[in-house]
Amino acid sequence: MSAGQTDLLLEVEGLRKSFGDHVVLAGVGLAVRRGSVCTVLGPSGAGKSVFLKCLGGVEQPDAGTIRFDGRLLNAAARADFQRRSSFLFQSNALFDSLTALENVALPLEQTTGLPDHEIRERSLEALRQLEIENFRDRYPSQLSGGMQKRLALARAIVTRPELVFFDEPTAGLDPLRRNAVFAMIAKYQRQFGFTALVVTHDVVEALIASDRVALLDRGRICFEGTPAEFSASTNSVVRGFRDSAEALGSSLAAIRRGESIQSDDA
Amino acid sequence: MLRLLGAQSLHIVFGLGDFALFTGRSFRAATQSRRLFRRIIRAVYEQGALCLPVILIVGAFTGLVLGLQGYYVLNRFGSQGLLGALVSLSLIREMAPVLAALMLVGQAGSALAAELGIQRNSEQIVALETMGASSHGYLVAPRLIAALLVFPLQTALFVAVGLWGGSLSGSLLLGVEPGVYWSSVEQAVGAADVRECFLKAAIFGLLTISLCAYHGFHADRCKSATGARAVSAATTRAVVHSSIIILVADYVITSFLVRS
Repeated sequence: MSAGQTDLLLEVEGLRKSFGDHVVLAGVGLAVRRGSVCTVLGPSGAGKSVFLKCLGGVEQPDAGTIRFDGRLLNAAARADFQRRSSFLFQSNALFDSLTALENVALPLEQTTGLPDHEIRERSLEALRQLEIENFRDRYPSQLSGGMQKRLALARAIVTRPELVFFDEPTAGLDPLRRNAVFAMIAKYQRQFGFTALVVTHDVVEALIASDRVALLDRGRICFEGTPAEFSASTNSVVRGFRDSAEALGSSLAAIRRGESIQSDDA
Repeated sequence: MLRLLGAQSLHIVFGLGDFALFTGRSFRAATQSRRLFRRIIRAVYEQGALCLPVILIVGAFTGLVLGLQGYYVLNRFGSQGLLGALVSLSLIREMAPVLAALMLVGQAGSALAAELGIQRNSEQIVALETMGASSHGYLVAPRLIAALLVFPLQTALFVAVGLWGGSLSGSLLLGVEPGVYWSSVEQAVGAADVRECFLKAAIFGLLTISLCAYHGFHADRCKSATGARAVSAATTRAVVHSSIIILVADYVITSFLVRS
């Protein structure tokens, strides 16, 4: 960390967002340390993706402040923020008419003035680092789900960002692939040193891969701490979320063993 | 009733304003977009080369029909020698710009609306915006610039093939002298007619491609459907609105040009 840099890369205070009468974020506050993996947990519909979209500038928050590297994130600072951050989408958001190499080169082509040969070198390097260099001429539809995820990450890191947002990176994946995706995030986060802000509802994987965990419930952060603190927390909302995740895990295990499940209503 | 009428009028005015802003924003973004030329070439290929067969077929048959119909009408007055003038002026002033634009909307415009709709649905447009790239500059501006080039060229091709179709039915099938036909074409068509033809083609190209891009780009605004159905609804709206706007714009341009 150089002189003048703060330990906190991202600070969010009182973030509010409503769609009509429906309040999604009711004053969210969060601080993300430089070089850490911070995960925002929460049940589906808790507003995690909206929170991330407000940070990424895709949605305009109704109120609240966001500071990036100590600087208030307003319209003037947005371009600098976009240059130093990137997004990995739930759906990967890869351009299906572009090859893997062209997908990775896209942010460099569109946002930097680098010459063609340098863009190509940097894109190939990103593909090599994510171990998908051999698939550079394939289209996203010709790649497996895991490779598409790695390709999306290659595109996210090719600009050498300081902050990477991960929007539900494991949504729709089976437990094995979920583990693999979190392992990939942890591995490349250490390798490249970026700060990661992940939103997910996968408790077990998040607790293993993260340095800090926050729980978003009813539009507010109701818990923030280390994974150990989260596991030991007696906070009723945390306990409820943890228990429901464990219950779901047990149900899935029972389904795999072929046992019948009794619902609470039975 | 009055309230409903007012709400609908406001909705239309808002839509027109939003569309105008969208088009303006896309042209402004073109000045900041990187590697624009490459994407213009790609758009010219999509609107030009891929639409060529339909332009040739429709152009030829329009000319053939005009030749036939024109011959039988002119024959009543013993004026078969004016067949070239009738076919050429009908094509150049009205039919070629309108029909070529309608064909291009059906092929290139609908494809553009569907492509942008899918890109909106799969978060590709949002991804561009979070990268700090201009989605208007990357996705829309090259198509608009290409339309300004391609529509007049395709219309010129439509006219050429149509004139040939007219000569085929007039001379080959109905016995009008080829020399008489082509000389009548030459005498009838003036520089003002050609100017009107190209002006209409360029305006239709700009309006329709921008409208198709607008509907595809905002496919997520559809209130009655989501996902694939929203893309389908956006594509339908794009084609219907573009077809209507071609005819409305044709009337407006013609009335101005006829008056001047």
